Amino acid sequence: MERAAPLLAASGLDIVVAGKTLVHGLKLSLCEGDTLAILGRNGSGKTTLLHTLAGLRPPSAGSVELCGQPYARLGPRAAAHLRGLLAQTQSDAFPASVLETALIGRHPHLGRWDWESVADERIALAALAAVGLAGLEQRDVQTLSGGERQRLAIATLLTQQPWLYLLDEPLAYLDLNHQIAMLDLAARYARDRDAGFVVILHDVNLALRYCRRALLLFGDGRWKEGPSAEVLNAENLSELYGHELRTLVDGDSSYFIAA
Amino acid sequence: MPNRRRALLILLLLAAAMLASMVASLVVGSLQLDPLDVWRALLGEDAGLAGEVVRNLRLPRALAGLACGGLLALAGALMQVLLKNPLADPYVLGVSGGASVGALAAMLFGLPLLVLHAGAFAGALAAMVVVFGLAHGEGSWTQTRLLLTGVIVAAGCGALVALMLSIAPENQLRGMLFWLMGDLSQTESPWPALLVLLFGLACVLPFSRDLSLLARGELSAQVLGVPVTKLRLLIYALASLFTAVAVNIAGSIGFIGLIVPHLVRLAAGNDLRLLLPASVLVGGTLLVAADTLARVLIAPQQLPVGVLTALLGVPVFLYLLSRQPRRSGR
Repeated sequence: MERAAPLLAASGLDIVVAGKTLVHGLKLSLCEGDTLAILGRNGSGKTTLLHTLAGLRPPSAGSVELCGQPYARLGPRAAAHLRGLLAQTQSDAFPASVLETALIGRHPHLGRWDWESVADERIALAALAAVGLAGLEQRDVQTLSGGERQRLAIATLLTQQPWLYLLDEPLAYLDLNHQIAMLDLAARYARDRDAGFVVILHDVNLALRYCRRALLLFGDGRWKEGPSAEVLNAENLSELYGHELRTLVDGDSSYFIAA
Repeated sequence: MPNRRRALLILLLLAAAMLASMVASLVVGSLQLDPLDVWRALLGEDAGLAGEVVRNLRLPRALAGLACGGLLALAGALMQVLLKNPLADPYVLGVSGGASVGALAAMLFGLPLLVLHAGAFAGALAAMVVVFGLAHGEGSWTQTRLLLTGVIVAAGCGALVALMLSIAPENQLRGMLFWLMGDLSQTESPWPALLVLLFGLACVLPFSRDLSLLARGELSAQVLGVPVTKLRLLIYALASLFTAVAVNIAGSIGFIGLIVPHLVRLAAGNDLRLLLPASVLVGGTLLVAADTLARVLIAPQQLPVGVLTALLGVPVFLYLLSRQPRRSGR
């Protein structure tokens, strides 16, 4: 599918939290099939930036456009067809089954009086299977483990079937095998379905391996963005985290470890 | 899997139960009638004593019970969504406290019934405005702030009520206590409450799936296209209005708003598309049944209906709660 405008575009974007400018003048453009990792220290504005890119809060300055349209003109429902967000924490105030929770992803696709159809259920079941939760459909969400709950949130996002995926620390709570499975899934969606991904990660090596591009937030307004292979180097990363990193080279790949 | 057929079936069953409770409330009483008499009285064919009793006493009272029970249950379900707290009820934000202060003040000064109603309504609205005005803040703080402000305002109202009860003359004390415990015997016309209930359902039902999402969390609801801010304002205003109207007609009837949404939730799940209309039906049924019992249990003396709603609701609630672990273990 061809689109004239990029999936996500930001220009002159400022992120100000509690009077402190965390990001200044950010310019960003993400096309279909692109994957962008956001890295930075705690409190450097990663989540606030992601929520701003998701249209959940207005930018302090600058503009954000989704498929060439500002969020205000798109409206919440149209935006929900195009972009989805994996939040950092999930809340379950009331009991609900795993399947019901995955099915809420269908909300933007249903009319006001519609109920979920068999086709919607099939989409949700496929999403649950994709994150390894098949067989747990009837379980109460409040009985799930942290990692299972996280995978359910990812399944809900897959059920929503957006074009652009904004993931806030998708690997949190996940064990190693599910971390890799999650990133493989994202890579597959980017390749086969032209989906775009913006992912907040804390693992530099996984960012290098799975994301084509990287955005470093230094927390004082400065930022660096570019192809992962260029931006992610020991010098930048040491400055980013305020801790020295060393490079290990193994054949064609390089790895970073804390010194 | 949420399913429209199942929901309609459950609602149909509940509607039948509601109808049965209405029939019972028309038949039973100090003047025992058989259903055929009631039917003829309703059609206006019986001009005698039975017709009078059914048309002018029992029917308005039953309809008022139906409307108030429905309003309180709906308000409770909405409050639980608004505060994302399963323990919220229509009174938690001080609305009934404000109404009680207004109504008891009118009683204390021996003012006519009309002033009493106006006082109760004004008190409810005042509490509503105060709580919302003070709690109006930003972000996730609002829920806790709203709850805290409401609880404090309710506590203040409780103190005022206790003050008025302690200085009230002996002969007014009984009326005041009955009002506080909830009482349907003073009902004049059930129509305003029924109209408000229908209006409320018409406002809320189109948004019931959005509300389901809101109950799960504001952020995820917002991402999925729910107009969160507008919806929260709407349910705050509606839940307060429902409570004010119900309190005005029947006094502060406890437990309906807390227990009915939970009963439905435990028995039929947490989908608000089913929960909201089902709560209205169950709330109406429970209040009509309780009021009928209140009339006949130790007739000719009448019991305060609020006591009976609690006595009926608590055991059913505890039973459902205790069988819950087994269900989720399956």
